[in-house]
Amino acid sequence: MATVELTFSALPAHVRTARLVATAIARRTGVEESLLDEVRLAVGEACSRAVEAHRAHCPGEPIRIELRDDSGRFEVTVSDQAPSDEIMQERTMDLGVLSDSFLSGFGIAVIAGLADDVEVFPSPKGMRIRMSWPATPNGHPSL
Amino acid sequence: MDLKLDHRTEDGLTIVEVEGEIDVYTAPRLRELLIDLVNKGNFHLLVNMEKVDFLDSTGLGVLVGGLKRVRAHDGSLELVCTQERILKIFRITGLTKVFGIYASVDEAKEAHGKDK
Repeated sequence: MATVELTFSALPAHVRTARLVATAIARRTGVEESLLDEVRLAVGEACSRAVEAHRAHCPGEPIRIELRDDSGRFEVTVSDQAPSDEIMQERTMDLGVLSDSFLSGFGIAVIAGLADDVEVFPSPKGMRIRMSWPATPNGHPSL
Repeated sequence: MDLKLDHRTEDGLTIVEVEGEIDVYTAPRLRELLIDLVNKGNFHLLVNMEKVDFLDSTGLGVLVGGLKRVRAHDGSLELVCTQERILKIFRITGLTKVFGIYASVDEAKEAHGKDK
């Protein structure tokens, strides 16, 4: 198992960098080209959510991403340190219910719709989002 | 790529051309433009997303915010988008039911003309 770790300050500008790094490593790990857009978007969503949460609760603390090549899967874990108990709920789509707080849950909804496998661990000490995609053996075996 | 924004008015429709990436970093600029257009009395907006490389939920939030503003003036905010990777995000979030999405600016203009 090879791992790349990245920590960055809670600044919106760094989210793009995180997306680019994750996409590059996914490609190198052997994630299919057709899935790379999904990796880019899902990682971007997780990092955007973390940045917004840190800016609200702990702007001085860094956000951490771990990217792993683990037994034929490319796994990404985004961890923040902002208290969270977000739970996605099914709601009917109507413009009236699209409040800012409802929209803040879009990120996780998008991740859930994109990643092959997602786990969200909210806690008072921060949220951890783990997501993974299949990596083909034709990819580069080492990170 | 950064975000490039431009706008023009044709046949009573304000067409907003968006190029590049709409994310947590760049979305505030699009939000400001939409607010400015509405404040200046442009209540029928068409956002052309054909040159958008990347759109995340922050961008979706800005578009929904714009839609709420124009609806407050009996206006409209519709989209031009044929890119599957962008459309997928609207489908995942259910927003295809909220926005009118057209294949081209001409198609949107024709539909807008019929509604008038």
